[in-house]
Amino acid sequence: MLVPVKSVVPESSAKPLPHQIESWFAQRGWAPHPHQRAVIKAAGDGRSVLLIAPTGGGKTLAGFLPILADLIRRPGQGTRALYISPLKALAVDIARNLETPVAEMQLDISVETRTGDTSAAKRQRQRLKPPDILLTTPEQLALMLSYPDAARLFDDLGFVILDELHVFPNSKRGDLLALDLERLRTLRPDLQTIGLSATVAEPRDLLPWLGPEDRSTLVVGRAGAKPKVTILASDARVPWAGHLALYALPEVYAAIRQSRTALVFVNTRMQAELIFQELWKLNDDNLPIALHHGSLDVQARRKVEAAMGRNALRAVVCTATLDLGIDWGEVDLVVQIGAPKGIARTVQRIGRANHRLDEPSHALLVPSNRFEMLECLAAREAIAEGQLDASSPKPGALDVLCQHLLGMACSAPIEPEAIYAEVRRAPPYRALPREDFDKALAFVENGGYALRAYERFKRLRRTPEGLLTAAHPKVAQQYRMNIGTIVEAPMLKVRLGRGRVLGEIEEGFAEQLVPGDTFVFAGEVWRFEGIRDLSVIVARAPGADPRVPSYAGGKFPLTTELAERVRRMLADDRLHRRLPEQIREWLRLQTWRSVLPAADQLLVETFPRGKRQFLVAYPFEGRLAHQTLGMLLTRRMERAGLRPLGFVAGEYALAIWSLRPVPDLDGLFAEDMLGDDLEAWLAESNLLKRAFRNVAVIAGLIDRRRPGEEKTGRQVTFSTDLIYDVLRQHEPGHILMRATWGDAAATLLDLPRLGDLLRRIRGHILHHPLDRVSPLAVPILLDIGRESVPGVNVDDMLAEAAEDLIAEATRLI
Amino acid sequence: MLLNGVRLMPDATGALWWPATRTLIVADLHLEKGSAYAARSRQFLPPYDTRATIGRLEALQRRHRPARWLCLGDSFHDQAAAERLADEDADRLRRLTGQSDWVWLCGNHDPAPPATLGGRIVEELAEDGLVFRHQAAEGRQPGEVSGHFHPKASVVVQGKRLTRRCFVSDGIRLVLPAFGAYAGGLDVLDRDFAPLFNRMFHAWLLGDANVFAVPRDRLAV
Repeated sequence: MLVPVKSVVPESSAKPLPHQIESWFAQRGWAPHPHQRAVIKAAGDGRSVLLIAPTGGGKTLAGFLPILADLIRRPGQGTRALYISPLKALAVDIARNLETPVAEMQLDISVETRTGDTSAAKRQRQRLKPPDILLTTPEQLALMLSYPDAARLFDDLGFVILDELHVFPNSKRGDLLALDLERLRTLRPDLQTIGLSATVAEPRDLLPWLGPEDRSTLVVGRAGAKPKVTILASDARVPWAGHLALYALPEVYAAIRQSRTALVFVNTRMQAELIFQELWKLNDDNLPIALHHGSLDVQARRKVEAAMGRNALRAVVCTATLDLGIDWGEVDLVVQIGAPKGIARTVQRIGRANHRLDEPSHALLVPSNRFEMLECLAAREAIAEGQLDASSPKPGALDVLCQHLLGMACSAPIEPEAIYAEVRRAPPYRALPREDFDKALAFVENGGYALRAYERFKRLRRTPEGLLTAAHPKVAQQYRMNIGTIVEAPMLKVRLGRGRVLGEIEEGFAEQLVPGDTFVFAGEVWRFEGIRDLSVIVARAPGADPRVPSYAGGKFPLTTELAERVRRMLADDRLHRRLPEQIREWLRLQTWRSVLPAADQLLVETFPRGKRQFLVAYPFEGRLAHQTLGMLLTRRMERAGLRPLGFVAGEYALAIWSLRPVPDLDGLFAEDMLGDDLEAWLAESNLLKRAFRNVAVIAGLIDRRRPGEEKTGRQVTFSTDLIYDVLRQHEPGHILMRATWGDAAATLLDLPRLGDLLRRIRGHILHHPLDRVSPLAVPILLDIGRESVPGVNVDDMLAEAAEDLIAEATRLI
Repeated sequence: MLLNGVRLMPDATGALWWPATRTLIVADLHLEKGSAYAARSRQFLPPYDTRATIGRLEALQRRHRPARWLCLGDSFHDQAAAERLADEDADRLRRLTGQSDWVWLCGNHDPAPPATLGGRIVEELAEDGLVFRHQAAEGRQPGEVSGHFHPKASVVVQGKRLTRRCFVSDGIRLVLPAFGAYAGGLDVLDRDFAPLFNRMFHAWLLGDANVFAVPRDRLAV
C-alpha cells in the first residue's frame, strides 16, 4: 500500500488558479482531478512534488498546470521550466499536446523541444532566445550544462519536470540525470522538481530525486480500475520448453480479430520476427498487422507509428520499444507472449491498452511453455493483489561520474571540494567515498594511472586559484561528441546480396551464424551467406525453417517477487487447481516420480542418463544468476575430480552433467564459492571484457564510433579487449576496472541475487536421487540441444530428443 | 611449416623461430601506441602496452637464446615513440638488443627506427631463400616473410566462434601476426589479403599454448 509521506491529498484546499486556467476547465465542463489540485497547491507553496498516478489520470497535465500558473502570474525572459523525458519521441509528443491548451487558454507562452534530432541552428536560436518551457532528454541536459554559459541559460529556471521518473533509478542514464539535477540545484537553489511516476513498490525511493526531502510532497493519485487479465487456456498441448508459443497463435489471432487494435508484446526482436511471420500465415482475413522493434529501419518504425495514430492497424507485434511512450488511440487489447518476467513491467504493458482511468484494460497472457504457465498465473495474482517488484537502489556508476566531471570542467573551472559535495547530493552517489571521487577526477585529468605517463598531455589544467578547467577547447568538443550512457551493441547492416539494406542486427547474433543458416528478419526468412565489409550478406530463403537464436528467452531475468510466487505455487497443491489440466497432470507426475519442493527448499535431483550423471537444481532465480552458479559449480566439481562436461542455465532451473556423481551437495553449494572461485573464473571469462567496452566508452577512455567512421579496409580500430588485458595485468585496481566489476556483478552475473540464493538455501537443500529424468527436469534438458550444431538440422534433432525425454520421464514402469 | 623449402616454427606468442639460423622473428610491435593516443587526442589508454610487449620479448629471449632477432617493421607506433618511452622501458629494450644481433627493419609507421636503443637498421634482408620485409611486395615472392597486415582469423567450434591472431601462408610467402599488445587485427578473408595468397592458404591460429593450422575453407567468415 502507498502511504503519503508529507500530506494527504487535499480535496479542495488549493488557492484559486489563474482565471485563464479555471475558465479553460469550466468551458469544457471539466474540473481538475483532486491529485491535480494537490500538485498545484504544493507547487504553489514552493514545494517539490512527486505525483504517483496510473496512466489515464491526467498526470502530465498535472505537472504542467503549476508551471502555466506561474508563467501567467510572472512572465519571464528565460526558460522557466525544463521537462525531461526518457524518450525523445515522448518529448515531441508532449510538446504537441501542450500547445493545444496553451493556445486555447490564449497564453503567451512558448513551448519548444530540444532532442538529438534538433538542428544546430534551432539549438543556437534557443540559446539566444530561450523558450518558456523546454522539453528535452537527460543527454541534452548534460550537453547544455557543459556550455560555458550554462549558468546564464538557467538563470530564470524555476521548475523541472521529470516524466516517467520510475524508469531512471538503477540505470546509468538515471545516474547521469541525478548528477545533472544536482548541478541545476547548485545553479538554482530554489528549483522546484515535479516528478511524475507510474505506481511503484517504494515511492520513498524516488523522493530523494526531487531534492531536499523536507521541501518535497508526495501525492498519490486514485488507483485506476484493475485490469482484466486472462491467461490463454489453449486446447493445444502446451510445450515442455521453448519460447515461441507457436501452439497458441491460432487463439491469439482469434483474439486480435475480436478487438479493435491489439498490441502483441514479445520479449526479443527475433521472437517478434517469428511471431509476426506466423501470424501472417494465419491471417486469412488480411488484417493489417504490423511489426515494430528496435532494429528495424527508423522509417519503417515511423510508418507503423503513424498508422497506429490513424487507427489503421489491427495489431502490432512489438518489443520493449513500445513499453513507454506516446498514447495511441484505440488500443483495447494487450497480448503478452512468453514469460511476463516482472510484475511492474507487465502492468506497464497492460496500461498501454485503454487510457481511461475508470475502465479496466484487457490483457491476454500467453505462456510459451509449462513453467511460464506458472509464471503467468503468478503474475496475474500479483496484479490482482496490487503487488509490484521492488528493486534496491544500486550505487551510481563510476564511469558515468567520470563523464560528468569532465562535462562540469568544460563548463567552468571546478573546485574539487565543492563538486564532491554536489555529487554526494545525487541519490545514487550519496555514499560515494572520497577516494573514488578523487580517482575519477584523476582519470579525467590524465588517466589516473599509477604510472604517471601522461603528465604532459593533461585534459584538465589547474588555474592559479587551484581550480580545474579544460586544458584545450578540443577537450570540450571531444566530450560533447561522446556524451551519454547508452552504448549500442555493435550492429551490422543486413544486406541483400550487393543490393539494398534491410536493417541491422547485433554483431553477437551474426557471429553465431554459419553460412547456410536461415533466420527471420523484417518479417521474412533469409539465408546467411557471410559477413563482408561490416555487412551481413543474405539471400532470400522463402519457406525455409528459420533457426531460433539461443538467447530467445530475452535478457531480463524474472524478478525476485515473481520467482517467489512461482515457488509458492509449486509447493502448494491447493493452488494447482487454478492450473489447466495438462499442467496439473505434469505436476502430479512429478510428485509421483520425484517430489515438489516446499517454497523455502531448493530441490536438487540427480540421476544417470547414458554414461553421464545429471544434476538438476531448481532455484527459480533467473538465467543470469543460474549461469553464474553453473560456472562456479562446474569449477568446483572439476577440482573435486567429478569431471563435469557441461551445463545449461534456464530461467527456472540449472542442469549440470558430469562423468562422476556429486557426493556432497551441501559442500557443493556452500557460499564461499563467491570468493576465490569467482575471481578465478572471471579472470578467464570474456564477460568482463564486454562490460569493459561500455565502461571505456562512457568514461571517455575511447571515442564512440560514429556512423560512417567504421573501420575501412586495412585501417584497424582499437580493440577494447586488448586494452582490458593490459590494464588487468598491470593495474587491476584502476578505477575503470572497478567500474567494470561493478557493472558485471550487477547486470551480467546477478551476484546480489546469487548471494541471496546461497544464503536462502543453506540447510534447505532437498536432494532427491532418481534412477532417471523427472518431468520437472525435462524442460531444462531440452534446452541442451538448443545450442547450434553446424550442418545438422537443429529442429529435427530437437524433436527427436524431445520425444525420447518425455517418453522416459512419463513412462509408468 | 615449410616456406620456399625452409623449415620455420611458428610460436603461440606470434613470433617465428628459424632454427637453422637461431633467429627469432617478430612483426608490428607498435611500441608506445597507447601514448600516441594521449599525445594526439588526449585519450588516456593504459600506458602499459610497451612494457607488456617488452615482457613478452624477454620471455622469448630466455626461452630460445637466439643468435639474432628480426623485427619486421612498425616496431614503433610513430616517429616520436622513442621520445615517449619511459626510462625503465628504454633500459629494458637496450638490454635486449645488446644480447644478440638485433635487426630493426623499417616499416611505414617507423620509416627511420630510433638509433638510440641498440640494434642495427635495415630496409630488407635476404638470406638462404628467404626475404624479410615489412609489407608484402606485389607479385609472386617466393620465400617472402613480412608483417604489416596484422592477420587474424575465426573458426566456429561447436557453435562457438573463436577469433585469434594468426600466421598466414600458402607455402610461397608468409605474413606474421602483429606482436604488439595494442595491435588490432584484420581478418584474413578480407579482400586485402586476396592478392597475396593462392586459394589454398592456411591460417596458423595462435592458441594459448600451441599454434593450429586451419585450411582456408575451414575458416569462418
